Amino acid sequence: MFDIDLWREIFQSIKMNKTRSLLSGFTVAFAISLFAILFGITNGLINTFEEGFKDDAMNNIVIWPGKTAKAYKGLQAGRQIQLKNEDHDYILDEFGNKVEFMTSRVMINVNASFRNEKNNYTVRAIHPDNLFIEQNKIKEGRYINQLDIDNKTKVVIIGRLVEEDLFTKTKAVGKYLNLSGIQYKVVGVYTDDGGDDEERMLYIPITTAQSLYGNNDYVDMMYLTYNPEMDYDKALAFGVLMEKKLKNRFSIAPTDQRGIRVQNNALGAKAVNQTSFGLGLMVLVIGFGTLIAGIVGISNIMIFIVKERTKEIGIRKALGAQPKQIVSIILLESIIITTISGYVGLLIGVGVIELATPVLKDYFIKDPGVSNTLVIGATITLIVAGTLAGYLPAKKASKIKPIVALRND
Amino acid sequence: MLKISNLHKSYPIGESSLHVLKGINLDIEDGEMVAIMGSSGSGKSTLLNIIGMLDEADSGGYILDGLPIKNLTEKKAAVYRNKFLGFIFQSFNLINYKNALENVALPLYYQGMKRKERQKQAMFHLEKVGLTDRAYHLPKELSGGENQRVAIARALAANPKLLLADEPTGALDTGTSYEIMEFIQQLNDEGKTILIVTHEVDIANMCKRIVRLRDGIIMEDTFVNQIRTKQNV
Repeated sequence: MFDIDLWREIFQSIKMNKTRSLLSGFTVAFAISLFAILFGITNGLINTFEEGFKDDAMNNIVIWPGKTAKAYKGLQAGRQIQLKNEDHDYILDEFGNKVEFMTSRVMINVNASFRNEKNNYTVRAIHPDNLFIEQNKIKEGRYINQLDIDNKTKVVIIGRLVEEDLFTKTKAVGKYLNLSGIQYKVVGVYTDDGGDDEERMLYIPITTAQSLYGNNDYVDMMYLTYNPEMDYDKALAFGVLMEKKLKNRFSIAPTDQRGIRVQNNALGAKAVNQTSFGLGLMVLVIGFGTLIAGIVGISNIMIFIVKERTKEIGIRKALGAQPKQIVSIILLESIIITTISGYVGLLIGVGVIELATPVLKDYFIKDPGVSNTLVIGATITLIVAGTLAGYLPAKKASKIKPIVALRND
Repeated sequence: MLKISNLHKSYPIGESSLHVLKGINLDIEDGEMVAIMGSSGSGKSTLLNIIGMLDEADSGGYILDGLPIKNLTEKKAAVYRNKFLGFIFQSFNLINYKNALENVALPLYYQGMKRKERQKQAMFHLEKVGLTDRAYHLPKELSGGENQRVAIARALAANPKLLLADEPTGALDTGTSYEIMEFIQQLNDEGKTILIVTHEVDIANMCKRIVRLRDGIIMEDTFVNQIRTKQNV
């Protein structure tokens, strides 16, 4: 039952004992704001950490060939390994569902020109899946699609900075871009979180590059992502198996480190994930500790308050207050002080984080922030904390004997 | 109104125990005004506390207005105190952050009375003690006599059957003491049963009956000619 008189009693008690209420609130506010700041900073650290790997998909595997270092099966050392389209198909056939996205890649350096603007760029000739592997985002137009692959169309997707470099006065999409003498139609502009270099790339269909520049089916490198449902250990095993099978396919000694290389991001991803988890756990432990310190603090102050109010409680009991009514007064006061001051602390913490964000960026702390879930969670925790903190003192208060409380001393 | 028979009470002091009340028998009729006298340690305050249900006797009977007071739970004691008893203390025992009106209204709050009604009642009782103009003052802004009058108004607020006063004039100068006693006499004239613990002879003589306690037993129980305060002033 909502008893307005009870609330009136409590707010009067809080209002009339400002110092006391402020003091007890301060502990909690301080604890919570510290927690929020700590939490935000750690979030920022994790963000920075993850951003380092953000350029490409986290579950990336890169395959690139080299020259063999060892003689094997009657073949000499120093043999150049060349990947072809059939190897791309082989991997897809062999590993099927374990592969999420896959693209082969051919790299060409070009001199690109549009009207009077020109510059040198690297062209990556790719399959459509490259979009997901590189984690490009379409800003305008479209990406390379299967039709482009099938028809070997002369289309190009350009990075945001390429558009800025060359298309100073007009939109790029729909214009024709000259790449070392061949006209390509710009059909899309993309952005990428991987830094400026990644946004100074040109993408064309791999089949177009193969037919125009080499008239072969050679592939420079292959990129794929493993099925994200695999855990890190499975993903690592997958990479090892793939390397073994490819070495077998190209007759490379199993111990040869140079003939063909398979670099598996699962290794790094595992480390990142573990570190993030570790950081998160640390914050949780520290945060929890701070909160407990806050609860103990307020509990202590509530005990003191009960002591200070012993006489008042005795008077109330002499006038007919029931134990239940005494408990609810103390308990509700504790909850209200905890909740309000906790909320103020949260606001201060979030405010400090918000203000400090530009400065923190210099210290590798990116987008520190406190999520809504945390705010809601913290509010609930605060109410629980207030109850916990107030319960023992309230129980103690209800046991006060009026005769003891009223004794003249 | 009040019937006490063979009441015993002792307090533990370390290993041994102190026998404070050693078989008290006391009958008080409706409308009496009784002074309980005795030196300190005679057990007079303990007796008042037991009558006030602030403390419990070890053995013996206590019947208040036909209702046996025994094995009370805290909750029940609270309800009885609220309904039957009004307390006046030596040190007033007002809640210091509440103004006079709120202090007087507190017993009514615990009776579950609505706020509006409560304030009306409290104001009525403040008027009775002549403090209407001080209703919104805090205890620290009032004089000792005024504070005690607020406390009396509070004791009266719940319309109790029995008024218990523990050294009501102990903290007041003689003039103010007589003012308060005059007021208490008035209440008695209106029919309230009043029990006063005091060690001052002049205060006791303003009652109609004096019960003298010594070492936990009643030494003397006499009806006296009440001295009206008006004659003293």
